[in-house]
Amino acid sequence: MSEIPEDLKYTKTHEWLRVMEDGHFEIGITEHAQDMMGDMVFVELPEVGSNVNAGEDCAVVESVKAASDVYAPVAGEVVEVNSELADAPETINQDPYHQGWMFRLRPGNQQDADKLLDAAGYEQAVAAES
Amino acid sequence: MNQRTPLFELHQKTGAKMVSFGGWEMPLHYGSQVEEHHAVRQDAGMFDVSHMARVDLHGNGVRRFLQRLIANDIGKLTVPGKALYTCMLNDQGGVIDDLIVYFLREDWFRIVVNAATRDKDLAWIEDQAGRAPEVKIEPRPDLAMIAVQGPNGRDKACVALGDAANAACAALKPFFATEVDGYFVARTGYTGEDGFEIIMSNDQAPGLWRALQQSGVAPCGLGARDTLRLEAGLNLYGTDMDDHTTPLESGLAWTVAWEPDDRDFIGREALEEQRKQGVRRKLVGLVLLDRGVLRGHQPVMCADDLRGEVTSGTYSPTLGRAIALARVPASVQTGDSCRVEIRGKRLDAKVVKYPFVRHGKSCLPDL
Repeated sequence: MSEIPEDLKYTKTHEWLRVMEDGHFEIGITEHAQDMMGDMVFVELPEVGSNVNAGEDCAVVESVKAASDVYAPVAGEVVEVNSELADAPETINQDPYHQGWMFRLRPGNQQDADKLLDAAGYEQAVAAES
Repeated sequence: MNQRTPLFELHQKTGAKMVSFGGWEMPLHYGSQVEEHHAVRQDAGMFDVSHMARVDLHGNGVRRFLQRLIANDIGKLTVPGKALYTCMLNDQGGVIDDLIVYFLREDWFRIVVNAATRDKDLAWIEDQAGRAPEVKIEPRPDLAMIAVQGPNGRDKACVALGDAANAACAALKPFFATEVDGYFVARTGYTGEDGFEIIMSNDQAPGLWRALQQSGVAPCGLGARDTLRLEAGLNLYGTDMDDHTTPLESGLAWTVAWEPDDRDFIGREALEEQRKQGVRRKLVGLVLLDRGVLRGHQPVMCADDLRGEVTSGTYSPTLGRAIALARVPASVQTGDSCRVEIRGKRLDAKVVKYPFVRHGKSCLPDL
């Protein structure tokens, strides 16, 4: 079983969300997701300043094997992206929950994070897939 | 239900991620597809290719039968052990499959065909042989196959094969095979590196796999096999060519033997006609200049509104950029600029000669 940190929120589409100290949400893809995809070779990130809706495909990760959409877990404005991933997409494989973060949102509604899965819920969702 | 090779349990024990491929459960990778790719380019890697179908053709009429069945000339095989890469065509000149033929004895040839096309190929071959009763067709599901590839692949394989096989295998020339100690060893492959493809009984396969691992050969999955073959500019059946494309449209004109000009192989008439009319489409190499990954079916836009399509694309671990084979109008030339549409964006690419990588080294021009 892959690592699923207790302090994060999750989606069924394998994104994680961290509520940061400044109230922004940091978003990436889970250890399970990177493991399914294999070696990452390309990342396409949303534009800073753009607004995304919950469930909207707003980024793409590509492994050697395939391309996969990344969905915004909640609605908000993109305030920052992890531009270091452009030169080092493999960071998502190596450290999906920290260095491999993808983008940060100013959420439309701070409570939206509560609607997402907790670690136990995500673990069940992954188990149900296989 | 997918079929399993005699190495299935070893793959599982080694932690392989298994996928369904051509009706078989095969290893995609054993951890990192990219590391496996580099192992083959820099040292030695091995692939379970037991899913590919081996078929023996027996009888005194086999050579005559193959003269008609395949587009390359079986007459090139004059010395026992010699191998030949060829296409098998339908009457329209479309590629039914690509395969390797080994000449073992005047009354015994062996072919190795793709897993996904096995049934179609056998039906076609049996149908053609119906008119040649002196040919006996024997599928060999009792045999397994391991490819050992990479600059150190042959040395390490010779150690694993043991003393008896060692001398005979070390002396093998490219595209030759020999049978020793129950192993059928051919100096062929699908990666652009030197190496062997070894055919043996299903019982022998796990032992050889373990011996190869002990001599330092890295297990590699189908993922690395695909990036390696694409860097080497080797076609994949079903994506780069199929029943509806001819070898002339698929970068495989070199496998069509026009001489002797009275050899009446299946598809010849259609190919002659296409050659006379001028081939309208061809396969070219593409290198993506922008960041991104080329994939099959992406539209390609060249100058003068000429349009084509990527047939297979990937990220090249050796080159660190995206490469592809693409089918484009015949007037497109090496060095031309083009654009590839990826998720609605048009990215810059360049038409290049392939292979992209040969014996571990980039073949790309300055971009």
